[in-house]
Amino acid sequence: MINPHIHIEGLTKSYGNEKALKALSVDIAKGELFGFIGPDGAGKTTLFRLLATLLLPDSGSAEVLGYDTVSGYKEIRKQIGYMPGKFSLYQDLSVEENLNFFAGIHGTTLQENYHLVQDIYQHIEPFKNRRAGKLSGGMKQKLALSCALIHQPKVLLLDEPTTGVDAVSRQEFWEMLKNLKEKGITVVVSTPYMDEAALCDRVALMQKGSVLKINTPQQITAEFGHALFSIRSDTMFKLLGDLLQLENTHAAFRFGDTIHFTSHNKEETSQSIANNLIAQGHHNVVVEPVLPTIEDCFILLMKMENNA
Amino acid sequence: MITKQRPPVIQVQNLVKRFGNFIANDNLNFDVAQGEIFGFLGANGAGKTTAIKILCGLMTPTSGQISVAGFDVYRQTDQIKKQIGYMSQKFSMYEDLTVKENFQFYGGIYGLSNIVIRERTAEMLDKLQMSGIKNKTLNEIPLGWKQKLAFSVAMIHRPLIVFLDEPTGGVDPITRRQFWEMIYEAANNGITVFVTTHYMDEAEYCERVSIMVDGRIEALDTPKNLREQQGVSSMNEVFIKLARKQNLNNG
Repeated sequence: MINPHIHIEGLTKSYGNEKALKALSVDIAKGELFGFIGPDGAGKTTLFRLLATLLLPDSGSAEVLGYDTVSGYKEIRKQIGYMPGKFSLYQDLSVEENLNFFAGIHGTTLQENYHLVQDIYQHIEPFKNRRAGKLSGGMKQKLALSCALIHQPKVLLLDEPTTGVDAVSRQEFWEMLKNLKEKGITVVVSTPYMDEAALCDRVALMQKGSVLKINTPQQITAEFGHALFSIRSDTMFKLLGDLLQLENTHAAFRFGDTIHFTSHNKEETSQSIANNLIAQGHHNVVVEPVLPTIEDCFILLMKMENNA
Repeated sequence: MITKQRPPVIQVQNLVKRFGNFIANDNLNFDVAQGEIFGFLGANGAGKTTAIKILCGLMTPTSGQISVAGFDVYRQTDQIKKQIGYMSQKFSMYEDLTVKENFQFYGGIYGLSNIVIRERTAEMLDKLQMSGIKNKTLNEIPLGWKQKLAFSVAMIHRPLIVFLDEPTGGVDPITRRQFWEMIYEAANNGITVFVTTHYMDEAEYCERVSIMVDGRIEALDTPKNLREQQGVSSMNEVFIKLARKQNLNNG
């Protein structure tokens, strides 16, 4: 990648014996919406703290906007917006006071840069005199994003902005991120919600400090490499057990109101699976080929990793 | 669903809870059957936590008739607490105690004898295939394992009802599914599971789901019926359709 906004090479960090991040390498382009996707313990927060110049790496390096996170930390801090995973605004300051504070430490004012945060801030402006600690989860998140944006950063680092947030607020938040990206801001975001991967330009799937895969969500699902079937019957609990017992079963797991199933037998069809299940006494069997989601891919990659 | 074989273990009629002028729970009505997996969903700030606190006997309602495990939430909170288990993502066990010590501590709180605690601890750890880590402190154990242990600890006193408040937040997709296997097993054994989650695929795993919006229960039915009523194909769409209007009003 030519002139990436973020360049990470072999980045490694341990806490005592615990390897939090193992030799991560990735480039992120200007204006890209990039997601680090993985459960707790994947190393996401460590990575964000390293990029935000709040931690020193054990080995490897990271550059943000061409500055090294160790030697160039002062420049980086001026040009990035960082939203930590834990709500870290001043709970006993009002909404407006928080924004003025963050504008002030970056040498600007809310008036001067109002246009930058307007789209997001107008949602919470009616509550500008309310103390931040008294806001609902969705509103806190919008205030935190406004505070991270007020100094016109070129790169936004958002560590799990949607964790514990309901599905509606999450959807709204991702719409805001899309708008920011369209303004040319590089947005780096982490999340444990697999379905949010599809909303990113590219993602890194992570587990236990290691990258399982980096690519566009479309390419990751295209590389799934198995025929995937979505299966339903009248007795879902029994269905899962029966599918796991089939001779050629590669994997079977609950997926919403269906079971996702892959077979070792490449000749397997919807019909052959359905026949098998009907023979085992299942009623109202529905077997449909479906396209894999990122969560299907993550589960497959985890299994490969665990077996390796 | 309530049947003759599966009597209600939670009965809520006209539950109202006010804080000053704010109405957190605005006339809630629902029953939960024995052995049911009941999903309790809602947007942030919809009033779920208040309702759960009332059902657990930790907060007195403003008005309404509410019984849990046959006991009244105004007068019999001590009896209720003995019949329920509780775990959440945020707090479930003591990080600097070992696995064994956590079981001992919770068993002791519920008044179990040392012999019973020892037997149940061994049995539950064996089932989880975690007997090997019983002397490790909680902070040495991965999150997914911890959540499975926390669920077992919440049931050490064999409660009638277990409340799970976002039990799978941040847990990897494989462990998340294993956790649901444990929920199914508990329900198969007649334990009522009252669960909140922000993962909408997990809403599909519940027998019935209620969706709270702005202090009220906006919908309550099986996932299948809810999808059909709203004319959509997933619980995610059901949730967004029901919760969105309110959310726009409140910013």
